[in-house]
Amino acid sequence: MSHYPRLNFNLGETIDMLRESVRAFAEAEIAPRAAEIDRTDTFPLDLWEKMGDMGLLGITVEEENGGTGLGYLAHMVALEEISRASASVGLSYGAFSNLCVNQIRRNGTQAQKDQYLPGLMAGTSIGALAMSEPGAGSDVVSMKLKAEKQGDKYILNGTKMWITNGSDADVIVVYAKTDPAAGSKGITAFIVEKDFPGFSVGQKLDKLGMRGSPTAELIFDNCEVPEANVMGALNGGVRVLMSGLDYERAVLAAGPIGIMEACMDVVIPYIHDREQFGQSIGEFQLIQGKVADMYTLLNASKAYVYAVGQACDRGETTRKDAAAAILYAAENATKLALDAIQILGGNGYINDFPTGRLLRDAKLYEIGAGTSEIRRMLIGRELFNETR
Amino acid sequence: MQELVVKTARDFSRNVLAPNAARWDKEHIHPIDEIMQLGELGLFGMLVPEEYGGTALGYETLAMAIEEIAAGDGGCSTIVSVMNSVVCGPIAAFGTEAQKEQWLVPLATGDMLGAFCLTEPQAGSDASALQTKAVKDGDDWLLSGSKQFITNGKFAKVAIVFAVTDPAAGKRGLSAFLVPSDSEGYLVASVEEKMGQRSSDTALLQFDQVRLPASAMLGNPGDGYRIALANLEGGRIGIASQAVGMARASFDAALQYAKERKSFGTEIFNHQAIQFKLAEMATRLEAARQLVLHAARLKDAGQPCLKEACMAKLFASDNAEWICSEAIQVLGGYGYLSDFPLERIYRDVRVTRIYEGTSEIQKIVIAKALGR
Repeated sequence: MSHYPRLNFNLGETIDMLRESVRAFAEAEIAPRAAEIDRTDTFPLDLWEKMGDMGLLGITVEEENGGTGLGYLAHMVALEEISRASASVGLSYGAFSNLCVNQIRRNGTQAQKDQYLPGLMAGTSIGALAMSEPGAGSDVVSMKLKAEKQGDKYILNGTKMWITNGSDADVIVVYAKTDPAAGSKGITAFIVEKDFPGFSVGQKLDKLGMRGSPTAELIFDNCEVPEANVMGALNGGVRVLMSGLDYERAVLAAGPIGIMEACMDVVIPYIHDREQFGQSIGEFQLIQGKVADMYTLLNASKAYVYAVGQACDRGETTRKDAAAAILYAAENATKLALDAIQILGGNGYINDFPTGRLLRDAKLYEIGAGTSEIRRMLIGRELFNETR
Repeated sequence: MQELVVKTARDFSRNVLAPNAARWDKEHIHPIDEIMQLGELGLFGMLVPEEYGGTALGYETLAMAIEEIAAGDGGCSTIVSVMNSVVCGPIAAFGTEAQKEQWLVPLATGDMLGAFCLTEPQAGSDASALQTKAVKDGDDWLLSGSKQFITNGKFAKVAIVFAVTDPAAGKRGLSAFLVPSDSEGYLVASVEEKMGQRSSDTALLQFDQVRLPASAMLGNPGDGYRIALANLEGGRIGIASQAVGMARASFDAALQYAKERKSFGTEIFNHQAIQFKLAEMATRLEAARQLVLHAARLKDAGQPCLKEACMAKLFASDNAEWICSEAIQVLGGYGYLSDFPLERIYRDVRVTRIYEGTSEIQKIVIAKALGR
């Protein structure tokens, strides 16, 4: 990781200390394995308990429930530093700690929190969330997975697709239709354990990037879920889902920030070391212009993403800004990764350098947690509706 | 004839390359049999006179054929471009009769592969910083040094190697040699592991005191720089054409998907956000194709066209990457999976902005032409 003078975003002493300790951890434990994680498409499961020991998995969970209670901005900074070392570890971390842990924290009963949070926060059980389906991605309300009441159980049938950590997860928050005729008002959230009868993992997906962060299909074949595992109100799942997506977008926006930092980490030393036409390439205006754009986009993205994190911590979350922050950061991360490859030229294209991986990983954030297109639609619709 | 050759390329691409492209990529296979078949179909010698086994159809046809091949497999199209423009091209232009009989005929007819060795670890866009050297030893030359990013490096039977023969003479001290790959001291040091274009092998070659007779020199002593730069236009037209081919394959996949996939109760093709994307992709694709063909026709007519070739390469490669990225967006999560071809094409197309001169170098050359 390269060190050069940076803008102080004045995030406060606690967050700065957290950043230092996560960076030290990521630099020592994750970065040296990042290329291997990508090449073998394998998640290093030993990381979970280490993250648990550092309090990173329960970072938004209140202290009375055993968490570190640091909030959303802190969560973003942790995700940023982990993603800077390995974006795929960062993505799995985000899916675990935000999509699963934070959703249970926000919507679970005290009994559910007592049952599931300790293991999840310790990293001894792994968390995931299952929303998308093969035919229902951006159009999530068209999901087909059905949950039918039988006695004191719900019987789940259907499949979920694109589930980050799906193949490793012990505890999964699952959205299902409990009243298919009611559209968005017929969705309910459940907490499913991998050992529940009728649950199985389908294919593990082979992806362009984010290799190492497992993405799987989940199969529910008469899967039995106790009634006590309904999370939030029956048929009230769409509110759980939609508000969860706001926090998901806000927190995951730090993933592309970490990738952009990683791009700078590669490029800054390279423009000094690489010489062409008798001088360091950093002496050329063309390269200076590229590096300037990279630095500017990185800091503009950070400013927006951190501001959204601070708004979340003040309880002022807005849907359009969560969507806009990740839209902006994600597209800029792809741009920076493309520029990093370009500055390295042929070296950027071979796998001895990390730039190819950074690009492949960055592209995911224009798709996962809502495509850029859906984000634009949300922002535009929100703006229009708020001003009619 | 043009129509026939383009159809041959299209059929081979659809029937042989496209169905195997995903496997070659995944298993890092250099499909040498299929590559040689491309040669046997006459696709390596499109700039070579008929008397040396070529078809002499010219650049417009070459551009159209490469587009077809690239639409099936990006890596194979690199090999076709390299074989025509920078392997057969220089030997046809500068070779002696004996050199043409020995090398050009088998290269043009698909009996063997060749390589063009200019780039070195510390000399990419800056070709005047070469360190590989050839020292006179009696009537022979002793060649030493290393060459990086060499397409066909592993399978080539002959390599055109640029080396310094007169260190005091700068650019005029460079010479070109035809080096048989079975020469003693010729080593394929490593095959690069790349982000994409895995069906095309890219190697690091090392030469350790390779002994070459005087007759191995291509052109005269000191001609190296001129030979290296003689057909920059052709190489750039080739890469631009492959960018168009990969962009076309991406666009086709996106269009087909948009007409099948439904969201919010209708095919996503009916959503304005997707329509705008497809409209812009189609426009940029056609603009790139026409710019490439324009440069190719100028080249066929013997007109100066370096500026146009650079513009075509710059515009086609930048837009091909953009079109492929947008196609992935149209497919959403499916575009990110290796079950669909887009993630591979995205990795394959990225290098078109780098080799045969980066986009930045193209801009420098274009600007130079504007300043004249």
